[in-house]
Amino acid sequence: MPPSHLSHWGLLITGDPLIYGADASIALASIAIVYVLTKYKKWKWLWDEWLTTVDHKKIGIMYLIAAILMLFRAGTDAELMRTQLALPNLHFLGPEHYDQIFTTHGTVMLLFMAMPFIFALMNIAVPLQIGARDVAFPYLNAISFWLFFFAAMLINISFVIGGSPDAGWTSYAPLAGSTFDPGPGENFYLMSLEITGIGSIGTGINFLATILKMRAPGMSLMKMPLFSWSIVATSILILYAFPALTVVLALLLIDRVAGAHFFTITAGGNPMMYINMFWIWGHPEVYILILPAFGVFSEIVSTFSRKTIFGYKSMVFSLLLISLISYFVWAHHFFTMGADASVNSFFAIASMLVGIPTGVKIFNWLFTMFRGRIRMKMPMLWTIAFIPCFTMGGMTGVMLAAAPADYQYHNSYFLIAHFHQVLIGGTLFGMLAAMYYWWPKVFGFLLDERWAKWAFWMFNIGFYVCFEPQYVLGLMGMQRRMYTYPSGLGWTDLNFISTIGAFIMGLGFIFLVWDIIYSIRHGERDLTGDPWDGRTLEWSLPSPAPHYNFAVIPHVTQLDQWWELKQQGRQDELRPKASDIRPIHMPKNSGKPFLFGLAFFVVGVGFVFEWYAVAVIGFLGVGALLLARSFEAHPDYHIPVDEVVHTETALGRL
Amino acid sequence: MATVIEHAHGHPAHEGEHYVPLEYKEKDDSLKVFGFWLFLTQDMVLFACLFATFVVLRTHTGNGPDSESLFDVKGFIEETFILLTSSFTGGISTFYMRKKRAIGTVVWLLITAALGAAFVSLEITEFLHYISIGATMQTSAFLSAFFTLVGTHGAHVSVGIIWMLSIVIQILRRGITPALSRKVFIVNLYWHFLDVVWVFIFTVVYMMGVIH
Repeated sequence: MPPSHLSHWGLLITGDPLIYGADASIALASIAIVYVLTKYKKWKWLWDEWLTTVDHKKIGIMYLIAAILMLFRAGTDAELMRTQLALPNLHFLGPEHYDQIFTTHGTVMLLFMAMPFIFALMNIAVPLQIGARDVAFPYLNAISFWLFFFAAMLINISFVIGGSPDAGWTSYAPLAGSTFDPGPGENFYLMSLEITGIGSIGTGINFLATILKMRAPGMSLMKMPLFSWSIVATSILILYAFPALTVVLALLLIDRVAGAHFFTITAGGNPMMYINMFWIWGHPEVYILILPAFGVFSEIVSTFSRKTIFGYKSMVFSLLLISLISYFVWAHHFFTMGADASVNSFFAIASMLVGIPTGVKIFNWLFTMFRGRIRMKMPMLWTIAFIPCFTMGGMTGVMLAAAPADYQYHNSYFLIAHFHQVLIGGTLFGMLAAMYYWWPKVFGFLLDERWAKWAFWMFNIGFYVCFEPQYVLGLMGMQRRMYTYPSGLGWTDLNFISTIGAFIMGLGFIFLVWDIIYSIRHGERDLTGDPWDGRTLEWSLPSPAPHYNFAVIPHVTQLDQWWELKQQGRQDELRPKASDIRPIHMPKNSGKPFLFGLAFFVVGVGFVFEWYAVAVIGFLGVGALLLARSFEAHPDYHIPVDEVVHTETALGRL
Repeated sequence: MATVIEHAHGHPAHEGEHYVPLEYKEKDDSLKVFGFWLFLTQDMVLFACLFATFVVLRTHTGNGPDSESLFDVKGFIEETFILLTSSFTGGISTFYMRKKRAIGTVVWLLITAALGAAFVSLEITEFLHYISIGATMQTSAFLSAFFTLVGTHGAHVSVGIIWMLSIVIQILRRGITPALSRKVFIVNLYWHFLDVVWVFIFTVVYMMGVIH
């Protein structure tokens, strides 16, 4: 659908009070940011310390901030939808506006909240866990971040300029083609996902190379922490799933802007091919989102039970098995396509098989806790909340995987409840557990437990109140993406309860943010670098870690090296000795990754509005930046020994 | 092969050490070569998706021409020979790079780039011809898939040409440094990869297109 009220000069959306509200808040926020930066003379600081940084720890922090902002943005979409659906026949949102909101809710939550949250954790934890000074390609890492950042900007301005995409987060053709969905909205979706997808591929290459090639001496793959293992599996999935997304979005864009016939219903096009290729990316993407959470839970369960993880080898094997199977399940998203029974059977069985390695992991976590000395800190609370929630989501997933039954569940609220239960109960709980876990390592202080518990309980109770009724609604026949429903179907009570749950979750989010603000002033400082009595190498470093991470690269002899050394009273072995310190080779900061993102943003704008001159300018910018980088003679430097000795002495480590 | 030649010319590797080619000598450079291999594997998946699309749509010609009436055998055979030759000349440039001979490297890189340019110009001529007879991307699903698959390969080759020229300029300025040896090696990896992709385009698009 074209945006309803384009103003006479074309681009700004007018005539809707909600949009005016968004206009005003964007303008106010921008003015406030510029004012604060100017008043406190922070522009140079912003540029030198953040916009040009290639330090994985700072890039991790930027991803984290972006993820929390996007959680707010897409969470607001969710609250608007639940408000609209609270009662039958409401007119809070019109049908077109509702379409835009469910589309951006899904797109932003998955690609601009969950993905950057995962990238934040990868950046924060992986190099420290494996005893490396940075990722393999720090400059590429910065490029990945800025591509993500500008793609997020692109999709977020669509709301007020040009109109948001409105064909669902999956944007199936031919609905999303230019015949049925003219205007820039869908182009925003295509270009922003294309740009952030390129960044994600960069991250996949980067972390795979980092983990395979940069582990500390002695850390064989089977002595590596499980979170890093989960990132190996995730990176492989990113590398061989995202190209399919790149292609399918590009083809749809070519259909839309150049009038080609890949997915049209005329001249031989085949819309089902879009759906197939989309899910060839889309299903591995689901595991890209959950495997890092599995890694996080493995670290946390072991740390807070004070026990070695139960079944380490089976944990590694199940991670890899899940990644492998995830490439063979895509058609379960459209059993109703009409493929014959053998095709549907194959995908149904493959989908059910995923439950086996996942079940192995669940039992391993439970056995690790069994007879452990469990400490109920925030990371552990979220982990324990995850287990029943995710198990329920997994069970309903197996129900959906039964192809004949799926004809009943397909695209109903049963499905909606299922994937929210695994994505929130799995991915988001995991990300939040990880946030509380690694927060002191990143920022040097702990998040206050009292407010965190408020957030935890609100969010958990709200979750069940919001989503369990939706299973029933689905079985009663309520379809997804309905902007309203008539009274008298028996849906009203359950929808109203669901909406209450959504607002309790919203309250939980407010407590979560308040906890962060409160803890910045009042949170307990982490002076030891090891607030949780941790097991892996990152806890042997001060919090926050110096920018070169390890003054001397540690030698590793076993799994949970730091924990084992502490047990034997040998933790000093991981402290640097002045005589071992050598000059440290580090990459220089660079403004090019930021400009690279900006150039891609220009390309994006050019394609969104089909202003090809603008797109060409953007591409020229991209090319010029690539060449400029190639011609750069010395993109790195050495930190002299004196400076490292000085820093380590100040940290009390020498 | 490289090992044998290295010894034959009296530059044996250090005693007790394995022979390490120039581009792998610095840790940072060997890491980048590894990263580039990872990049190529995902680029392969990207082309695989385009091939899959083409295979699904190759008979969906709508009201437009089919491949048999469209393709000119002489044209794509020429393109193939030129590109395969350029892969060989690119290999020679790697050979000179490993011997640290800047001029040889530059000359063979330039020859490779020139062959690449000849290939691209033939491809553009082919495309323009199709367009002139009304067989455009908008005509049918088959042609959409054809232009996109072959065009993506052509765009890759074009980027490779600019990339090679930029490396040539850098070698002329700095000689064969470890970083530049890695760049020569990587651009050649990229070039060979495009050659492999072309072999599949030759087979799947053109050969299967004209054989009935």
